[in-house]
Amino acid sequence: MITVGMDLGTQRVKAVVLKDGQVVGRSQAFAGFDPTKATEQAVAEALTQANLKLSDVQHFAATGSAMDMAPYEHSTVSMMSADAKAGVSLIPTARTIIDVGAEEARAVRCDERGVMADFVVNERCAAGAGAFIEAMARALEVKLEDMGPLSLKAERASPINASCVIFGESDVVSLIHRQESKPEICRAVFDAMADRVSSMIHRLGVNPDVVLVGGVAKDVGFVASLNRKLGLTVKIPEYPDYVGALGAALIAAGRVKGGA
Amino acid sequence: MADLTKEEFWRWREYHRVMPKKWSKADIITAGVDVGSVGSKAAIMVNGEAYAWGITRTGSNSPESAKKALDYALQDTGLTVGDLKYIVGTGYGRVNVPMANKAITEIACHAKGANYIWGPRVRTVLDVGGQDIKAIKIDETGRVVSFLMNDKCAAGTGRGMEVFADLLQIPIEDIGDISLKVEKEPDPVSCTCVAFAKTEAMGLLRKGWSKEKVLAAYTRAMAVRMANLINRVGYEPELVVTGGQSKNIGIVSRIEVILGVKTLPMPRWREDGLDPMVAGALGAALLGKALYEKAQKA
Repeated sequence: MITVGMDLGTQRVKAVVLKDGQVVGRSQAFAGFDPTKATEQAVAEALTQANLKLSDVQHFAATGSAMDMAPYEHSTVSMMSADAKAGVSLIPTARTIIDVGAEEARAVRCDERGVMADFVVNERCAAGAGAFIEAMARALEVKLEDMGPLSLKAERASPINASCVIFGESDVVSLIHRQESKPEICRAVFDAMADRVSSMIHRLGVNPDVVLVGGVAKDVGFVASLNRKLGLTVKIPEYPDYVGALGAALIAAGRVKGGA
Repeated sequence: MADLTKEEFWRWREYHRVMPKKWSKADIITAGVDVGSVGSKAAIMVNGEAYAWGITRTGSNSPESAKKALDYALQDTGLTVGDLKYIVGTGYGRVNVPMANKAITEIACHAKGANYIWGPRVRTVLDVGGQDIKAIKIDETGRVVSFLMNDKCAAGTGRGMEVFADLLQIPIEDIGDISLKVEKEPDPVSCTCVAFAKTEAMGLLRKGWSKEKVLAAYTRAMAVRMANLINRVGYEPELVVTGGQSKNIGIVSRIEVILGVKTLPMPRWREDGLDPMVAGALGAALLGKALYEKAQKA
């Protein structure tokens, strides 16, 4: 059985091709101004990897904040359900899935079957999402991918107003004027984000294992801060940014089996 | 054609003012220096009456900003710092006002300043500064009874408005008026995060919304937040608005509509002079006078 999961995020779109429960293709593209077209590209590339054609696909399922713009005839899957399903399929002991994307952060509690039980979401404020790191990287004139490694060099964090991207930017500019060290500022950025994300998790109750997914899971600086904050080691699957798309593909497979 | 990319739409006007009034060395001359996150304000009072003030942009260094504001206020008065009997520092950078005899929170200073400007009828003060929004309940003497503050989010603050001015390329001082130029008030936007505003506003403009309508939808959402803060602290008549956003008619008039009340107008004998943006500095100078007199008696 062949299904495709499409995750239309605010910044990138991701596609996963699933064949009999195995991932056989994955690809992503920048959402840009035309997420529909970007998704078509990502799907085409993932299918090419798998040596498959569009007509081989039995079911498409879409998730992500722009899922209403997904191409092809498809069903939809909530982002929380997709996270829960894929999280438990990748790491069977997962009971709390944290998904930190470019503009959103979610914490999902689930059972051993990967069925979502409860969730908390932040979609109204940039301070708890990847956009915060990006804005601070711009203000610091540091490449986004260098923020994490740089932050690991710091022993302490600089004091910044981290509750808001706009205030954070002003603070970072004054800290640079005062010639504070960049690693310490970077660490403050990640500590602040970890604070916000961990408070979401605490609202659900900390149920190990805690699994971190989404694009921001690839950032070593954020992971270090979150581990410190939670006092445990979060588990991260191999392709954390494809978890949403995988969840959609898995649920699509269930829908084919169930005859839906 | 003008180069739009070079224009700084966020930049508001710095100015200073001296009232036509005489002073002598025998007078109690005090100053309040309010170093905010965005603007630094200094006010000089002679025997507890407003005499001169200066408003300037806060730089990256608080002590320098404090000095700049105070020098600006003293300009054309014939006074020097040495003539000031007592100086109170307040605002976000109050601990970094080197010339101050004492630092007092801006909440107490805005309360006192509102009481000075509008008189004893004021019971609720909404202070919208560069980086925070405060709803303050005060008594008839201008003392703080209770307050609530939102210092976690830029939506609705002066700093957030600056970002908006640049985003929509509208001079910041025109934002309030322009936000009112809509035939029908649009629904408030659901997401007020200033960091997301760029994508949101672009999306709305692409949908064919006018700049006025986008601005109205945002201003409405921000006014709703402020009205909620006032309701949570417990609204009591009369209401006034202080801080830089008191000049944003789009915000103030919408708060009035949402709460179904009228804010107090500037008293006629003061409407040509006092600026609600210096309420905190005026309050600081007044509290400074009281502290000076107490010290003299002791």
